[in-house]
Amino acid sequence: MGHLLSIIVFLPIVGAIVLLFIDKENHSAIRAVAFVFSLVEFIISLPLFFSFDPKTVGMQFVERVPWVPEYGITYHLGIDGISLLLVLLTTFLTVLCILSSWSAITVRVKEYMISFLFLETGMVGALVALDLVLFYVFWEVMLIPMYFLIGVWGDPKRRIYAAIKFFIYTMAGSVLMLVAILALYFINFKATGTPTFDALELYKTAIPVRTQYWLFGAFAVAFAIKVPMFPFHTWLPDAHTEAPTAGSVILAGVLLKMGTYGFIRFAMPLFPNAAMDFLPLICVLAIIGIIYGALVSMMQADLKRLVAFSSVSHLGYVMLGMFALNMQGVEGSVYQMLNHGVSTGSLFLLVGMIYERRHTRMIADFGGLSKVMPVFAAIFMIVTLSSIGLPGTNGFVGEFLILLGAFRSNTVYGVAAATGVILGAAYMLWMFQRVMFGEIRNPENMKLKDLNKREIATMVPMVLLIFVMGIYPKLFFAKMDVSVGQFLKGFKAKYEMKGEAPTPHLASILAEKSARERISPSSSSGSN
Amino acid sequence: MEIAVPQINFGIIAPELILSAFALGVLLLGVFYPRAGRSDHLGYVSLAGIVVAFFYTIPLMGTSQYAFNNMIAADGFGVFFKVVFLIIALLTVLISIGYAKRVDIDFGEYYALIMFSTVGMMLMAAGTSLITIFLGLETMSISIYVLAGMITGDRKSVESALKYFLLGAFATGFLLYGMALIYGSTGSITLKEIAAYIRAKPELLRSPMIIIGIALLTIGFGFKVATVPFHMWTPDVYEGAPTSITAFMATGVKAAGFAGFVRVFFSALGSFQPDWITIMWLLAVATMTVGNVVAIAQTNIKRMLAYSSIAHAGYILVGFVAGNELGTASILFYLLIYAFMNIGAFTVVILLGKRGEENVLISDYAGIGFKYPLLAASMTIFLLSMAGIPPLGGFMGKFYIFSAAVKAQYYWLAVIGVLNSAISVYYYLRVTVLMYFREAERDISGLSFSPASVIAVIISTWGVLYMGIFPRSVLALAQRSIETLM
Repeated sequence: MGHLLSIIVFLPIVGAIVLLFIDKENHSAIRAVAFVFSLVEFIISLPLFFSFDPKTVGMQFVERVPWVPEYGITYHLGIDGISLLLVLLTTFLTVLCILSSWSAITVRVKEYMISFLFLETGMVGALVALDLVLFYVFWEVMLIPMYFLIGVWGDPKRRIYAAIKFFIYTMAGSVLMLVAILALYFINFKATGTPTFDALELYKTAIPVRTQYWLFGAFAVAFAIKVPMFPFHTWLPDAHTEAPTAGSVILAGVLLKMGTYGFIRFAMPLFPNAAMDFLPLICVLAIIGIIYGALVSMMQADLKRLVAFSSVSHLGYVMLGMFALNMQGVEGSVYQMLNHGVSTGSLFLLVGMIYERRHTRMIADFGGLSKVMPVFAAIFMIVTLSSIGLPGTNGFVGEFLILLGAFRSNTVYGVAAATGVILGAAYMLWMFQRVMFGEIRNPENMKLKDLNKREIATMVPMVLLIFVMGIYPKLFFAKMDVSVGQFLKGFKAKYEMKGEAPTPHLASILAEKSARERISPSSSSGSN
Repeated sequence: MEIAVPQINFGIIAPELILSAFALGVLLLGVFYPRAGRSDHLGYVSLAGIVVAFFYTIPLMGTSQYAFNNMIAADGFGVFFKVVFLIIALLTVLISIGYAKRVDIDFGEYYALIMFSTVGMMLMAAGTSLITIFLGLETMSISIYVLAGMITGDRKSVESALKYFLLGAFATGFLLYGMALIYGSTGSITLKEIAAYIRAKPELLRSPMIIIGIALLTIGFGFKVATVPFHMWTPDVYEGAPTSITAFMATGVKAAGFAGFVRVFFSALGSFQPDWITIMWLLAVATMTVGNVVAIAQTNIKRMLAYSSIAHAGYILVGFVAGNELGTASILFYLLIYAFMNIGAFTVVILLGKRGEENVLISDYAGIGFKYPLLAASMTIFLLSMAGIPPLGGFMGKFYIFSAAVKAQYYWLAVIGVLNSAISVYYYLRVTVLMYFREAERDISGLSFSPASVIAVIISTWGVLYMGIFPRSVLALAQRSIETLM
């Protein structure tokens, strides 16, 4: 299975092509084919997990084929413990998304499923790409299907606004990253003489600290928009709220992780000195995000918007943990990425289920639902608790580790972030209380039906995962321990280079010389 | 006194000769077999001419020959552009079959003029002397002036032709004046000799006469490729001209303009690079920004594409400013991919119209996404490619252009460029918004897709995808093509 990753990346496209040949009126066949393809995709991604060797340092399942060799662009795929888990999260969530769209999407089903499968290729591709150009290609490819998912199947009122805002925001951020990628490429080319866009090669490049600021800035803005970090978060509530349920799930579950993954895979290891110097800023923004997201979510009248803002808060934790730069913080951060995918994904699914029944998401329209929909309420309760981070659920493990890491690196950050936990409990429980308990005031809620079998089948894997990840986290940590350790080690080693090439030996004398020349101001202001 | 007999080598201008012969043939056919039965034979004969010319162009690849006293060359640069022009002409003729009949311009003259102006473009790219380049430019321009006004019953078309002609004549005047000044300063009209003369006499680098000459040349070429501030004619002319000719102008004339521009500036005036580079920098920034910002406000798709073509000229100028080999090669690459995506988009514009109802407002695109799924999907591909979204050709084009700028350390220029392409996303997306997210406001039905145009769409889509996913071979070709230039 030398091409397992390629197969996983492109299988969804094959599915999309198969869908093209199915009659567009034959909805059940389209749904079935899309579901089968997503399920097969998930099944063939499982061997990644089981045959992944947790002891190996470096990338596994590597595939490397030249693409444009003159420029050193390669088709280079590989995964480590961090991307492994995110890939699995992606293939897993996609199955559930397609399942949850069964009755929610009734128009243009064919186009919908094609978009979804395309999106899956983009997401998996971005997670396994190790060449910067290839990564950029997949990164942008994700945008288009998501744009259509929001714009065509979204909430009719503001979907166009939300779709365009989503696209332009992300695009504006990522084009700057493209310039930074090019600059990095030429810096490396000048120093080593070999053209390469290979991230693993570029990890080794010595970059003057001043230049690192610019390049890190460009990467960080692109990723921060995607995360989204305060103050770049404003596209998120709109996109989340207007997207169809499955779109919100995948947006929260995977697309946001692309931002945090980008930091951990590219921005930080490539430019550690800049990352260290920007650390206070990023931590402060992350904490603002945690608290601000929680406060704003508390005041939302719309369930989906509430969950959307809670994402801002949760992703703040992820960023904070990552920048704690110790084992606990980073592992917690990666774990929290998965948790957020599971918990927030589930919340969106549940909100979608109730929306399908009542065609409203306003908290004020509900109340007392636990009486008419006991199964729904029970599942909702579990998910809510997992989102808050109750011990025994997945959320606890992630948040605890992040806070531990944050305390270890800076007590003030730790204390500030911990207040977010309290606020988180407040808005989630208050929401739960208003929706589920009390008298049924609205007669329309009286005749609500509880979850059907398909819906339960969608939710059961999520609930199981919540408990497995909460009770036996070792299963997942075992896979990422080495990779996270390697990330920290590489980060530290390159940080200590301070932008200078390592001790000169014969071959690198020339490179060193040109590296010195590059410190001249030409690198930062090159207007003419 | 000995009179040198010029080396005559008809082989290297064979494509031009063949195309001219076919153009004359089509003219005669049009006279002797007037539009009786309204068959498309004129179009097919033109296609045959282009294909034959293509087969005579291929053997010239990889050679480097000069003829007619160094007036014209068959070098990599010229041949690359000849291929580009032939592709453009081929696609233009393909989309004209059907469209020309619809707007009643399917005369022999129509196809003949397309071929004549292609000949002009080829001469412009192959010319290695100021005079040849000028002759090529005029052959091309005069044919286009007529083509733009072909729809004599349509006021906008006539206005477009008159406007283009008057302004074009002025611009040509500038260009010729510039050439005269350079000739006056260096005593030569062949590019190589001009370069050699300047190298031999460094004091010329400060000569006001030659600097003014360069400025005038910049204006003349800048007009042809539609850079800001010489772009004012573009929207009106593009809007009024028959759509097939708009596509031809937006791609062919622009490519030819850049061919001459690059050839003259890099071959003859390379020593002045430090002087003209600042101007080009400013032109590039102004062109990109004005083109993209104004395109946002357009309601007519032809005008929108006109402004977008201005913006694309700006991107190409970025490669020009970079000035390194990568930059020049990326210009060639970009112009080819631009031809595919732009003609593709205009073909969709044509296909969406019918007799007496051209449907050129952007609002006409509402709801066609699910009504004509393949047409809308290809339009989406062309527009996203122009916006520079991977893995489409337009992305690779921009990637190479901006990498050239970064390589030459024009970081701010690259940043401005990519931000501009982020702006452009807005108006390209707007069309997809209408196509897919809005319901049709009025019924657009009864469209008849001419098979030739459908073939043009297929070729363009293929080009956009191929150059996006496998850019390697074309880029290598572009890089080989500029070797003789510098």
